[in-house]
Amino acid sequence: MTYIAKPKISHPSLKKNDLGLTKRDYEGAVSTLCAGCGHDSITAALIQAVYELNVEPHMLAKMSGIGCSSKTPAYFVSQAHGFNSVHGRMPSVTTGANAANRDMTYIGVSGDGDSLSIGVGQFVHAIRRNLNMCYLIENNGVYGLTKGQFSASADIGSKPKKGMPNQQEPIDPASTALALGATYIARSFSGDKEQLVPLLKGAIMHKGFALVDIISPCVTFNDHEGSTKSYAHTREFYHHVANIDYIHPSDEIKASYDEGDAMPVHLHGGDTIVLRKLDREYDPTSRAAAFAYLRERFNAGEVTTGLLYVNENREEMHELMGNVDTPLARLPFDILNPGSAELKKLQSRYR
Amino acid sequence: MASVNDVVIKIATVNGTGSASANGLLRKSIFRMGVPVVGKNYFPSNIQGLPTWYEIRVTGAGYQSRSNRVDVMVAMNAQTYARDMAEVEPGGWLIYDSTWPRNSLLNRDDIAIVGIPFSKMCNENFDGARARILMKNIAYVGAVAALLDVDLDVITTLLEETFAAKKQLIESNLKAIRLGYDYATEHFNCPLPMRVEAMDATKGHIVIDGNTAAGLGCMYAGATVGAWYPITPSTSLMDAFRTFCARYRIDPETGKRTFCIIQAEDELSAIGMVLGASWQGARSFTPTSGPGISLMSEFIGFAYYAEIPAVIYDVQRTGPSTGMPTRTQQCDLLSCAYASHGDTKHVLLFPGDPAECFYMAPLAFDLAERLQTPIMVLTDLDIGMNDWMVPELEWDDSYVPDRGKVLGAEELEKMEKFYRYLDVDGDGIPYRTLPGVHPKGAYFTRGSGHTKYGAYTEDSAEYQEVLDRLLVKWETARTMVPEADIRYSKFNKAAILTLGSGDGACKEALDRLEKKKVGLNYCRVRAFPFTDVVRDFIDKHEVVYVVEQNRDAQLRTLLINDINADQNKLVSLLHYNGMPINAGFVVDGVLDAIAKGQAA
Repeated sequence: MTYIAKPKISHPSLKKNDLGLTKRDYEGAVSTLCAGCGHDSITAALIQAVYELNVEPHMLAKMSGIGCSSKTPAYFVSQAHGFNSVHGRMPSVTTGANAANRDMTYIGVSGDGDSLSIGVGQFVHAIRRNLNMCYLIENNGVYGLTKGQFSASADIGSKPKKGMPNQQEPIDPASTALALGATYIARSFSGDKEQLVPLLKGAIMHKGFALVDIISPCVTFNDHEGSTKSYAHTREFYHHVANIDYIHPSDEIKASYDEGDAMPVHLHGGDTIVLRKLDREYDPTSRAAAFAYLRERFNAGEVTTGLLYVNENREEMHELMGNVDTPLARLPFDILNPGSAELKKLQSRYR
Repeated sequence: MASVNDVVIKIATVNGTGSASANGLLRKSIFRMGVPVVGKNYFPSNIQGLPTWYEIRVTGAGYQSRSNRVDVMVAMNAQTYARDMAEVEPGGWLIYDSTWPRNSLLNRDDIAIVGIPFSKMCNENFDGARARILMKNIAYVGAVAALLDVDLDVITTLLEETFAAKKQLIESNLKAIRLGYDYATEHFNCPLPMRVEAMDATKGHIVIDGNTAAGLGCMYAGATVGAWYPITPSTSLMDAFRTFCARYRIDPETGKRTFCIIQAEDELSAIGMVLGASWQGARSFTPTSGPGISLMSEFIGFAYYAEIPAVIYDVQRTGPSTGMPTRTQQCDLLSCAYASHGDTKHVLLFPGDPAECFYMAPLAFDLAERLQTPIMVLTDLDIGMNDWMVPELEWDDSYVPDRGKVLGAEELEKMEKFYRYLDVDGDGIPYRTLPGVHPKGAYFTRGSGHTKYGAYTEDSAEYQEVLDRLLVKWETARTMVPEADIRYSKFNKAAILTLGSGDGACKEALDRLEKKKVGLNYCRVRAFPFTDVVRDFIDKHEVVYVVEQNRDAQLRTLLINDINADQNKLVSLLHYNGMPINAGFVVDGVLDAIAKGQAA
């Protein structure tokens, strides 16, 4: 980390988005994570994504639990509302916040410890509800803040800095989310901003539960030889399967795509993402095919990345419940309270 | 035993046989005759096949608690026949199904036995196993009506109202009533000397359980987000909220809902959802019971420190651990008052009956938003799931929700900079903003150490400043919570102090003790922290009998801890066997204490 405070002034020639904001306006406090931490790259990718998507900062809610990853909401979009909750409980707080105000954009930042161990129950059930949020798992296979214990995503045979290699079956967030019915599932690598930014944009714009599992090496506790979550290992076994381009509603689809490889997916807000399949056989709209592919590549030791699954047809939580369009927190009291005359009337059954 | 409008009827059945509606019919009929009633359920933690009892106390005097006595036992369950018979007061009556021969060993000379062939009559008159079982229940209502002189016209009207939509059921139910009624009239001297007589003491009253009233209260208070995990005995609270919302919270134009009920995966999640929704400015609540409070504690501490409103209804049941889930206690006082690790303390409200469960709902939301902290409403199974006669609930249409110190877009626009945890007004309550309202309102909510400006800190002085300010807020809370219910005479040197469902038993005990020339004052605390009035009340007495329903004198501990009450004065009367407390227990406890020298 650095101890030098960021200057508040930005250069007048900096590019502005549709809201007239520069990328600087989407920055946060200076990160206190270790130098070279994958999480900081993800933070930078997030800043770029929300800047390019023209997200109004105060309409963004940054949710997190506990852990290194959960600290990062302080490091982007200072003008957004942050909620750093308790360990493993970010999904429930986000569920309640979204229930009360469906108009905001919810980005939950979690880690493999926060989501796959202490918070696995909440992670699972937020998916089942198809909560409309973008859920990031900054996945490094270890507990950083408590100095390097294995997390539930550690691969079999992965070596810690000290002690015995992991022998327990890892939990893969992507295939778990697929089994549970998440409607947008992507995986990427903190070191691949070019792939990551469009995936994040698609996840933020997706209506429903969007999971982005991001391999994010822990430079202090899990970046050594023998670790399967190191920069070197990830780069070696990294496999793009279906990348996307994010197309803003006002933009035409300009890039040329080879037929059969490109697949446009229309998002609810009018945006489009174009899938660029690098493996022609891969079908990211089929849950069964995606599951089989993921497990097969996983067994082969590959880190499959890209947009792994997408379903734009499933209704999100509010739609499933049939709730009013107005955020519940904004409803005036008089429409919520039936009044004294009705109270008198309804009590006849208690006499 | 001869008496009018002072009789306890206990009905022993098997759960899952539909006896609840029959028992409700009998209880309601007596209430409709203008006679006050108390209805208590004693049921197993089970769905079908185990013994269950319903007790109707007919009380012309209008007492609220159970009576520790049974005058008329309707023994419909062979499994519990022996113990049911043993429970009848000498001079009382026992009604049983004489279809089958009774074990001759089971007899008592000091009570009257009334045999009525309910099963035989119902088998002859109704088709189908289910109908026969259900109608047997209705038939005993008919028999009790004849024996106690309950008005048949009132019963008929009630059945007509109940089955207005299913007319064929009116006829069959009336037939079953008649079977029991006529058999009793033909074979016994009806009515018994112990009977019911119409009076005019229920006008302007209803009979309702606390969970229904609380669910109604939350709906009226404007709650929009309810998150919960099913747990006895609080489940019916959310059921009631759902029922009322289905009726009043559907937008007539779009058919869409103005409420959101989320059945969470556990209580950890339920409270997290409440905090998320409250953070966004919705009135949000969760009903639970003791085990749920244990699970929610971490988040309750978070809400205390990050200053987020929340309303939690704790319908207490016996502990420790799973305890007896269908029995009552007031055993969560300490775990709620100090829920979570670190220095925390929480505002608690103690409703004394279902009416207060209703009125304390808007109050709890007002306090939660005004104080920006969790408010726990501690009711119990006795209040929550039993039938209490209370004055008809009223709503003041001029009520405006107190949203507390929330800055709107206009106010934020005028401000140079907003700081979340500054004590601007000196009452320990900072200003807050709601997400999505204005860019200047953004702040970072965290459970980690923070400064009064809302920034992360590990600086000792900055951390301590916020922690100390929360104590200022605690003293502000003390001035805002509902006042105790007090009866005071300067001639009495001793008093009873209780809370919640102890109210009925204690007030009845005061009357009985008065007759024995023991005059006592009375204080029912309605909230924690305790008000100055409670402090003064204790100061003014030489002895204060603290009546509560737990083993460890938790209320007494809170009094000593919070207002430094003189522990030598506080004499505990503890009732914690899981049954609702009764007046006799309090009377005996006070008399015993006096005899032992703790003179009144």
